[in-house]
Amino acid sequence: MLKIGVFVCWCGSNIAGTVDVKAVVEAVKAEPGVVFSTDYQYMCSEGGQSAIRQAIKEYELGGVVICACSPRMHETTFRKAAEAAGLNPYMVEIANIREHCSWIHKDKEEATEKAVVLCRAAIAKLNLNKPLFPGESGVVKRALVIGGGIAGIQTALDIADAGYEVDIVEKSPTIGGRMAQLDKTFPTLDCAACILTPKMVEAAAHEKIRLFTYSEVEEVSGYVGSFRVKIRQKARSVNRELCNGCGECIVKCPSKTASNAFDEGLSKRSAIYIPFAQAVPNLPVIDREACLRFQTGKCGLCEIACSAKAIDYEQEDETITEEYGAIVLATGYRPMSLDRYDEFQYSQSPDVLTSLEFERILNASGPTGGSLLRLSNGEKPKSIVFIQCVGSRSDDGCGKSYCSKICCMYTAKQAMLVKDKYPDIDVTVFYIDVRTPGKNFDEFYRRAAEAYGVRYVKGMVGKVAEWKGRLQVQAVDLLEDKQLLIDADMVVLAAAIEPDPGARKIGAMLAVNMDQNDFFTEAHPKLRPVESPTAGVFLSGMCQGPKDIPETVAQAGAAAVKVLGLLSKDKLVGNPCVAISDETLCNGCSSCEALCPYDAITFEEKQVMVQGRRETRRVAMVNETMCQGCGACTVACPSGAMDLKGFTNRQIMAEVDAICR
Amino acid sequence: MSPVRSEPAEIVTEMSGVNPRKCMRCGKCSATCPSFSKIDIPPHRFVMMVENGEIEALLSSQLLWKCLSCFACVERCPRGVEPSKLVEAVRLLQIRGQGKNYRTPDDVPQFVEADEEIPQQLITSTLRKYSK
Repeated sequence: MLKIGVFVCWCGSNIAGTVDVKAVVEAVKAEPGVVFSTDYQYMCSEGGQSAIRQAIKEYELGGVVICACSPRMHETTFRKAAEAAGLNPYMVEIANIREHCSWIHKDKEEATEKAVVLCRAAIAKLNLNKPLFPGESGVVKRALVIGGGIAGIQTALDIADAGYEVDIVEKSPTIGGRMAQLDKTFPTLDCAACILTPKMVEAAAHEKIRLFTYSEVEEVSGYVGSFRVKIRQKARSVNRELCNGCGECIVKCPSKTASNAFDEGLSKRSAIYIPFAQAVPNLPVIDREACLRFQTGKCGLCEIACSAKAIDYEQEDETITEEYGAIVLATGYRPMSLDRYDEFQYSQSPDVLTSLEFERILNASGPTGGSLLRLSNGEKPKSIVFIQCVGSRSDDGCGKSYCSKICCMYTAKQAMLVKDKYPDIDVTVFYIDVRTPGKNFDEFYRRAAEAYGVRYVKGMVGKVAEWKGRLQVQAVDLLEDKQLLIDADMVVLAAAIEPDPGARKIGAMLAVNMDQNDFFTEAHPKLRPVESPTAGVFLSGMCQGPKDIPETVAQAGAAAVKVLGLLSKDKLVGNPCVAISDETLCNGCSSCEALCPYDAITFEEKQVMVQGRRETRRVAMVNETMCQGCGACTVACPSGAMDLKGFTNRQIMAEVDAICR
Repeated sequence: MSPVRSEPAEIVTEMSGVNPRKCMRCGKCSATCPSFSKIDIPPHRFVMMVENGEIEALLSSQLLWKCLSCFACVERCPRGVEPSKLVEAVRLLQIRGQGKNYRTPDDVPQFVEADEEIPQQLITSTLRKYSK
């Protein structure tokens, strides 16, 4: 018989105020196996832990039950205390008599009775406990970052600077992401390219970083410490070894009608192109959809123009498979489509723009060369209206329920930039609330209003109509209770942001959860904000939720630290409370395999001894490294073959029996 | 169970099926309203007054009879508050307060100023409401 010690915690008055702890100590003395029971004011204190250690030695205990708070609080503490006294840490059971008992009851008699019952159940379970020993697995000391925007670049740099190898996979032909499209950054107004491009160059030159641009993750298998990832490098039709980046091919390309994504479609580019001047790598790519050679078979001017002989029309996609210990998701965002906001004339008028489009117009490398011009007629505007919260904070089925967080600040920035260059232009911002929590943020917004004379009106725009070559904006001033009609030349819409649509596919590959808005879910919203619930997968930047550049960079660094914590280990200690399949009972139905959220169960044909005969059967196998011990398979198994170590079916029944006694 | 007489504001929210607490005070309804210059209480304020239980003031409001029932505010409200449904509910409350649930077309003109430029929509929607 197992010798059991029971320790009942007062938790000050948290438990002892409602539960008669002395009565609990007495009541459980007669339970099977109990040779010792006592109470203590704070079991988690050093004094409490040493009482556990002493009792284990003195009474030669084989297991202990701690009646205290939730195991989420101190299970590790007590397991370590038991281990220090030579006990297997999995021979410790916790009866939660605080959250499940003292905190939710007022009547002391009732609460005491319940505490006794909970303790009895823990003793019954402990009697069936077996020592468990966690397995170990190795760690591939390399990381993969998916997405090459500022979030991905920063995470990769931080990991690489610590001495570990990192690969960045970026789907577009260059790294840089959304930040490369921006003109200035709030609240200091430094130029986005000036602070981003050094980081892009640093990433490209770093001996520990490899860039896979124009590439996509195609398949992921494996688990924390040992992921196998298949990466498809799309054919650029340009030989990277030979190309010297002179750009002669781009000059000679006769097909110049493709939509330029870097300018948000506001300009055209050639079929062979480099997205922007500071692109990394400085390597052109042929857009085969737009290329005359690929579409009609005629042309080939770029090949003739290329003195380096780098053009390769025959180039094919290449697939490589690499191993990584950790994966960071940095898949970013995009402005949402405004197709369903016709009242603002977005799809009808070229002078109605999203903020990101307007950013390109302000930018010297943009479609107007940095001149503020109306796209309809090329004239300078006299009046510009900004509309905030377009699609954000919505509950109408068209928009997003969340606040996009960055719009108040970039709108203030854009309004300020306009006023700075052209003080004679009337600038009006329609807002619902101005939200500027951040260092020097509110001061920045006030500067736009006070020093630059940007007119802020509390209210929304109802509609925009084209009228005599201008845009008539019908709006409301809520503080004056007036309807306003403003003649504007340009209207800028602060479109809600949404996660990049590519994130869904990658999330599915990695079994990482997404919320109702397709943002990746963190393991804990407060205490584990850069970790996904899947071990070894971390989150960086906008893919987790709306955030500005400083926050993104901070989170990117935090994700890197978590990766480093993982990569610096030589072995990972697993959780021994994992599922185990009894192959003599398994009927091979695959119910568990379909249900397992961690892809930890596979089936194989195996020789099994059944009633003294050797048979070949299809049976379930659990990968102990991938199994997280959720127990879903044990519930689904129709033949009772699946069991969870540490929480066996027999143990749970014994607990129920003890409660019902 | 004894019948409990609800507060007018509760009756209005129940009849309309609208939850005025969803309003975030953006004012897009008032920015949109084509009758804005003709009404005494703008739609966003109407919603706030329902939320604050000020139904008495709304019962005598011009808005009840000047609202075109064009539903632009319903269409464009980002929070799905549907202001014109609230207007309709208060309109019904007003009618019922006079002991009538039913109106004939002959009764209509007493609520609208005799005006040849009365929009057709208003007459249509008023009749639709009165013919219940």
